[in-house]
Amino acid sequence: MARRMIGAEMFFETLIDQGVDIIFGLPGGYVLKVYDVMPKYKHAIKHVLARHEQAATHMADGYARASGRAGVVLCTSGPAATNTVTGIATAHMDSSPVVVFTGQVPTPYLGSDAFQEADHIGITRPCTKHNCLVRRTRDLPRAIKEAFYIALTGRPGPVLVDMPKDVLIGEDEFEIPKEINIRGYKPVTKGHPLQIKRAVDMILSSKRPVIFGGGGLIWSEATPELIEFAHRLQIPVALTLMGLGAYPADDPYFLSMLGMHGSYKANMAVHESDLIIAIGARFDDRATGGNFSKFAPNARIIHIDIDPSSIDKNIRVHCPIVGDAKQVLRQILELIPSDFKVDRREWFGKIEEWERQHPLVCKQSDKKIMTSFLIDMLWRLTKGDAIIVTDVGQHQMWVAQFYKFKRPRTHITSGGLGTMGFGFPAAMGAKFARPDELVICVSGDGSFQMNMQELATAVENNMDLKVIVINNEHHGMVRQWQTMFFNRNYSASHFDVMPDFVKLAEAFGAKGLRATHPDELESTLKEGLFSEGVVLMEIVVDYEEMVYPMIAPGGAMNEMILEPADVA
Amino acid sequence: MGRHILSLLLDDEPGVLARIAGIFSSRGFNIESLCVSGTQSPSVSRAFLVVKGEDWVFDQIVERLGCMINVEGIELLTDVEYFERELLLVKVEVSQKTREEILDLVGIFGANVVDAGYATYTLELTGKCEKLDAFLELLKPFGVKDIARTGIVAMARERKQHRATTQIYTTKLHSL
Repeated sequence: MARRMIGAEMFFETLIDQGVDIIFGLPGGYVLKVYDVMPKYKHAIKHVLARHEQAATHMADGYARASGRAGVVLCTSGPAATNTVTGIATAHMDSSPVVVFTGQVPTPYLGSDAFQEADHIGITRPCTKHNCLVRRTRDLPRAIKEAFYIALTGRPGPVLVDMPKDVLIGEDEFEIPKEINIRGYKPVTKGHPLQIKRAVDMILSSKRPVIFGGGGLIWSEATPELIEFAHRLQIPVALTLMGLGAYPADDPYFLSMLGMHGSYKANMAVHESDLIIAIGARFDDRATGGNFSKFAPNARIIHIDIDPSSIDKNIRVHCPIVGDAKQVLRQILELIPSDFKVDRREWFGKIEEWERQHPLVCKQSDKKIMTSFLIDMLWRLTKGDAIIVTDVGQHQMWVAQFYKFKRPRTHITSGGLGTMGFGFPAAMGAKFARPDELVICVSGDGSFQMNMQELATAVENNMDLKVIVINNEHHGMVRQWQTMFFNRNYSASHFDVMPDFVKLAEAFGAKGLRATHPDELESTLKEGLFSEGVVLMEIVVDYEEMVYPMIAPGGAMNEMILEPADVA
Repeated sequence: MGRHILSLLLDDEPGVLARIAGIFSSRGFNIESLCVSGTQSPSVSRAFLVVKGEDWVFDQIVERLGCMINVEGIELLTDVEYFERELLLVKVEVSQKTREEILDLVGIFGANVVDAGYATYTLELTGKCEKLDAFLELLKPFGVKDIARTGIVAMARERKQHRATTQIYTTKLHSL
């Protein structure tokens, strides 16, 4: 005998069935029924009231990236839904499982330009993995269950479920389907045996192999397999921005990040290799330098990816393997002879030489705080164990270069879309996912101002969260590009007015600290990191520092611009 | 730049076509013709698309379509032996002088007169693209007032092998 209930109740019952215990949202007209029913379920599901739907979406995204589970957003129609678009696009670019539930006008009024109506399905079509409009109350549980299934399987991605008001207040029989069987969607996780065999042959015969690892390694939780693979075959590992943390940075095979601001040795290794094993990476322009025709001229390429449409998209590869990274690595390892030995001294010798020539070294000054030095100190003080959530810009690159991540899901950043304003709300989401760990948001003055209103949400939820706002009074990365490529024409990259971040924090009831001089840096960081509650540390830094190395747009990976004093 | 013909099996739901059109348009492809209708299965429809764009981008689009949730199957018709049909309705000006010639053409092409008025005839013709194009070309001198074409539908021939369906697609093709 199926129970009868209203749509809003089905919503919560299904979410609980899916194991959801937290949602990030903001109430409004067409979801009022859901909020009315919500207190009945507060023992099972916590609701975090954000101050902007964009922030709510970033929170859900940060939660997903830190936990591997789907992040859930609830908001009303119209402007609320359009506010989530940036967050959805951010999740889409980085393949993050976020499920966004939007209220919608009652079905008879669809398309009538009603109050707070927008075509959520049409607007989010290109930036969601899937979206759907629920037309009947009884379809709601199936739509929700399918949404989670789609978000979390195959290549993860955001899904939007549009819920008209009449669906939410209507009453019907409640039934959650036992199984999900979506005809047109059957993700392949096991690699094709023939391709695996080909890959193994290529690996065993290579002289200068390198692993090109991306975010897919983290979603697949393939770190143990990757470590075994690298060690048994003696292959050095370079990671994209999104892959950082998938391989321990203190491991001797680690080459650091590759790409536009990657380390010299990582980029040279990729450029000079004879076999690139790409796993869970999509060869985007930031990771390859952007010049696809000059990429790894002497290398054959194995590409392991769960999404067939990522393969052969930018770079033609020699051995594509569609499958889940963890499973495919396991399949490959099973075919490697147990007595496999190889002499890679020459290859490693080269890599060591590149490291000697141009190591990643942070800058230091006794007059001004240099951001790279700040990140290095942060890494030391936290022993490389914290969860670092960054915003976008120069600071993001310095974190990638100098915070040596040892574990997966400890580096959270908007890589694909590069969304400023992502960091702070995402850090909150990450903290909700990992409440017992130290979570630090490293942000810039420009980025932080985009979602600073969420200080209220953090304080309201009694969060234990640390925020470092790196204040160089500029859009730092924009200034760097203007210096290097636009003849120092500093157009609109300087902030003439900057808030007093300490007062700002205190206005919201948080703690504010400031360091303006290198002598104050360590004590300020220590005080901030080890204080309880929401702590904002404003660190005033040198604005002229630039991120090196850099591959100029259109450059090959061995055409890096190096630190001026560094050039031999 | 290539001209590609593909047939897609889709879930018969609102929004699916919009998503497909978006995948093509976002990669700079123009859909020259699109014909969608039902199949033996009530919830599945079949769409025929003729698109024009870069060949290597087309390959990528096909993969993208393969990953799409509401796409059940893909057939690349430019890679197999197939036969195509299209329906044309054309309204042509007619007078005492030109009546005979027009009806001659109708006979030669195997078309039908579906509407006869004082000043115009509406003619119907099915056949391959080239046949329809030729018919229209010959009607031009008489004064063509209006044209409606359906776009092609096609079917693979039974005798020859399917060369297009590689292993990547076979996971998606289900029998109805």
